[in-house]
Amino acid sequence: MAEICLAFVMLGVTAYAIFGGADFGAGFWDLTAGTAEGGGRLRGMIQRSMAPVWEANHVWLIFVLVIVWTAFPVAFGSIFSTLSIPLFVAAIGIIFRGAAFALRGQAGTIREAKVLGGLFALSSVLIPLFFGAAAGGIASGRVEVGNAAGDPITSWVNPTSALIGVLAVVTGAHVAAVYLAGDSVRAGVPDMVQAFRRRALGSGVIAGLVALGGLAVVRSDAPDLFDGLTSGAGLAAVIASGLGGAATLALVFAGRYGLARVSAGVAVGAICLGWVFAQDPYFLPGELTLDQAAASDASLTALVFAVGVGMIILIPSLWYLYRLVLKGELDQEFEPLDQRFRPQSAGGQPPAGAGQ
Amino acid sequence: MPGMSALDAVLAAQSVVETLGGGSQPDRVEARQMQALSLGVHIPIVCFGIAFPAMILFVEGLYLRTGDPAYKALAKRWSKVALVLFAVGVVTGTILSFEFGLLWPEFMASFGEVFGVAFGLEGISFFVEAIFIAIYVYGWDRLPRRTHFLAGVPIVISGFTGTFFVLSVNSWMNNPQGFDVVDGQVTDPRPWEAMFNPNLWHEVVHMYLAGYIVAGFIVAGIYAYAHLKGRRDKYHRTGLVVALSFAALAAPVQVIVGDWAGRQVGKTQPVKLAAFEGLTKTQKSAPFTLGGLYDEKTGEVEYGIEIPWLLSLLSEHNPTAEVTGLDSVRPEDRPPVNIVRIAFQTMIAIGTGLALLGFIFFLTWLRKRRLPRTRVFYLAVMAAGPAAFVAMISGWIATEVGRQPWIVYNVMRTEQAVTNADGLEVGYAVLVAVYVALAVAVVWLLRRLTAAPPHTEVSQAELPRTKVAH
Ligand code: HDD
Ligand code: HEM
Ligand code: HEM
Repeated sequence: MAEICLAFVMLGVTAYAIFGGADFGAGFWDLTAGTAEGGGRLRGMIQRSMAPVWEANHVWLIFVLVIVWTAFPVAFGSIFSTLSIPLFVAAIGIIFRGAAFALRGQAGTIREAKVLGGLFALSSVLIPLFFGAAAGGIASGRVEVGNAAGDPITSWVNPTSALIGVLAVVTGAHVAAVYLAGDSVRAGVPDMVQAFRRRALGSGVIAGLVALGGLAVVRSDAPDLFDGLTSGAGLAAVIASGLGGAATLALVFAGRYGLARVSAGVAVGAICLGWVFAQDPYFLPGELTLDQAAASDASLTALVFAVGVGMIILIPSLWYLYRLVLKGELDQEFEPLDQRFRPQSAGGQPPAGAGQ
Repeated sequence: MPGMSALDAVLAAQSVVETLGGGSQPDRVEARQMQALSLGVHIPIVCFGIAFPAMILFVEGLYLRTGDPAYKALAKRWSKVALVLFAVGVVTGTILSFEFGLLWPEFMASFGEVFGVAFGLEGISFFVEAIFIAIYVYGWDRLPRRTHFLAGVPIVISGFTGTFFVLSVNSWMNNPQGFDVVDGQVTDPRPWEAMFNPNLWHEVVHMYLAGYIVAGFIVAGIYAYAHLKGRRDKYHRTGLVVALSFAALAAPVQVIVGDWAGRQVGKTQPVKLAAFEGLTKTQKSAPFTLGGLYDEKTGEVEYGIEIPWLLSLLSEHNPTAEVTGLDSVRPEDRPPVNIVRIAFQTMIAIGTGLALLGFIFFLTWLRKRRLPRTRVFYLAVMAAGPAAFVAMISGWIATEVGRQPWIVYNVMRTEQAVTNADGLEVGYAVLVAVYVALAVAVVWLLRRLTAAPPHTEVSQAELPRTKVAH
């Protein structure tokens, strides 16, 4: 049962890393898109692609939280009390990002759009950075069992945390660029296809380099994690991830964005899986094994049953949403973000009832 | 059964031990304030998540039947507002989930496995809600009309189930069961028993109705204002009538459910009920005291109006029944009476007023088939929204502060549950600032959304009553 619950957690983490990560990555491209006029088209494309899906993508995070606190309550209490600073920052970032994104869609002037967009984009970078730092703290064995028992600072300010934080930002950006390139094809905007293609290739190469260089960091900072990643199932996952990444680059290069979506997902998913294998049998490395962390069987069984039944409703719903999205049924008009303000910035038509 | 579990709980109270080793800073006011603040932000917003989808679907149903574009314009406009409020509900709810871990790690570590399954199902509910609200709002004019309408139905259902599961947790905190305590450790969790505890039913029904009352009156108030300003076309009139009908139907029922809630509290949390009433001594034929302030020293309510027997009558439906007083437990096990009592009485007063307003609306509607014409009525509707909001917050303060000093009633004290991490005051300050910014931003956005004239919601072609081809 504990294994099934861990599988749920990993499903959630992976889905959040891919879909949520892509949303954060879109924010990264928004941040680096340049001036209002120059980046207007890029930002418009991002707005259009993210709007229908970001909330559903976000719920994966909630899913992970509730499974962990039910199935692994002691670990949950330990993680949140020790890593309270990065997690709090990420939570505040989530407020800003969600609110700023929703608001920007309604901005009335270019100035408003700029401020809101800046906030949205900045928090999109901060959130994966801090979540990554927290994950690094866990993976490198810095969370101790107890109420705020680990070090409140070095548990997340350390080489492994820095590495995973940066990696989370870069991979998110890469996956986002791949997805956005595909969306631009569907929207029929060739210059955007090219723009995101370039970004996908560049960020993909950087992500690969960070990941490879990161192995050296992990080796010196968290030798147990390194051993796990370089032997047995952990190694297999790392290789799978590398292959997925290479395949994505090739597919993007060839302009096959539909398949590239899948392989990019595989690359991210494999590395999440590799993390689990690497720290097996631990839930909190060096502190708490999976079996020690697990709640009692009655709770786990109830949880597996409840989530299992829920999945019967959830999976078709998600499938329906993504199918509509991929078929373009929910697409908004593509509109460069800066242009929206030119024709109608005067606003204020006289009010009139619709029902005459 | 309730007597039994209360006894178990009292025995357990002496022995439950913090799983993570306990806190060294037991009296963290900031933690409680942060929790209360975040809930106070989240709950009013999710009232719209509870009630708005049903109101929107109702209006869309009218549109499907009549083809009148005014209905479509209204439903579409409301759905955009709902989407924004949903986004705010999502982010504030996320903060709450984080806070459970950030503020109360001992609570989570000890009891997560007991009540967590409900949150698992709540998570699924919100997932479904997020999916279909996106399909619904972005699917206007793109999905076939029936499909679009049907895509709204899961939003209504998952709004209910989400409320249900989250309240199963809160009702369990008030009436904990489904576990044993052995040597201070929580053992043998029985999650289903915890989920379906006897306090669940009144809390769910009461909160669900509160959602309709709060959202309904607030929306109606906006159109009542428009009415007074002279905007009385079909679009605005429909907005007023639909929102008001939902709220006015729920308000009188709420009084009956409230009575049920009070009697259930009397059974399972007698000390809380005593705090509601400021009743110090356990007594037969207990009086009900209206208004006034409770004096901690004398244990009397000063300046209140005493109505003989009424409390016994209300809580047991028997004028001579015995009602448990605060003196049944040690002073350190009693909640702060005045906060609880004032909050409770505020809720009752407002609840009664709202029920009356609902009656007036329905009487006029049934007898004259039109809206009331007096200006006072519209002013009252405008006031009803904020009042309902206050009633709901008061109800929560009564419920939550009335449970103190326990986080899990009679089993774990709030101070045992709190985090050991430092810097809570920094977090608190940041959170306050963020919420203020969020509130400003949301008001700004809603004004922006509603500034465009309604007919912009429907295409030109539709205005002269033609169906858009697909
Ligand atoms: C619009 C909101 C609203 C209105 C008009 C009322 N209530 Fe209420 N009340 C709430 C909104 C609320 C709530 C949603 O805030 C609470 C908090 C916990 C709960 O389940 O519902 C609540 C709790 C609550 C409780 C405590 C339940 C518990 O601790 O488990 C009692 C005894 C009452 N209410 C009684 C009443 C009575 C007698 C009312 C009528 C006059 C009334 N309420 C009107
Ligand atoms: C599912 C629903 C809820 C859960 C699980 C929950 C949980 C908690 C927790 C863990 C605390 C901390 C204990 C304490 O501060 O004393 C608390 C306190 C509090 N909650 Fe709730 N709560 C819920 C609903 C609400 C709602 C909806 C409100 C109000 C809008 C609310 C208002 C408060 C207040 C005011 C306190 C502070 C009590 C004090 O200062 O002593 N709660 N609640
Ligand atoms: C009386 C108590 C509560 C009610 C009635 C309630 C209801 C709801 C509803 C209807 C939503 C959907 C969003 C919306 O419509 O705006 C929502 C969102 C949410 N709530 Fe609450 N909630 C309550 C308390 C809590 C508590 C105590 C927590 C956390 C521990 C919580 C966590 C969440 C989360 C995480 C979301 C966002 C889900 C998503 O990502 O879609 N809620 N809530």
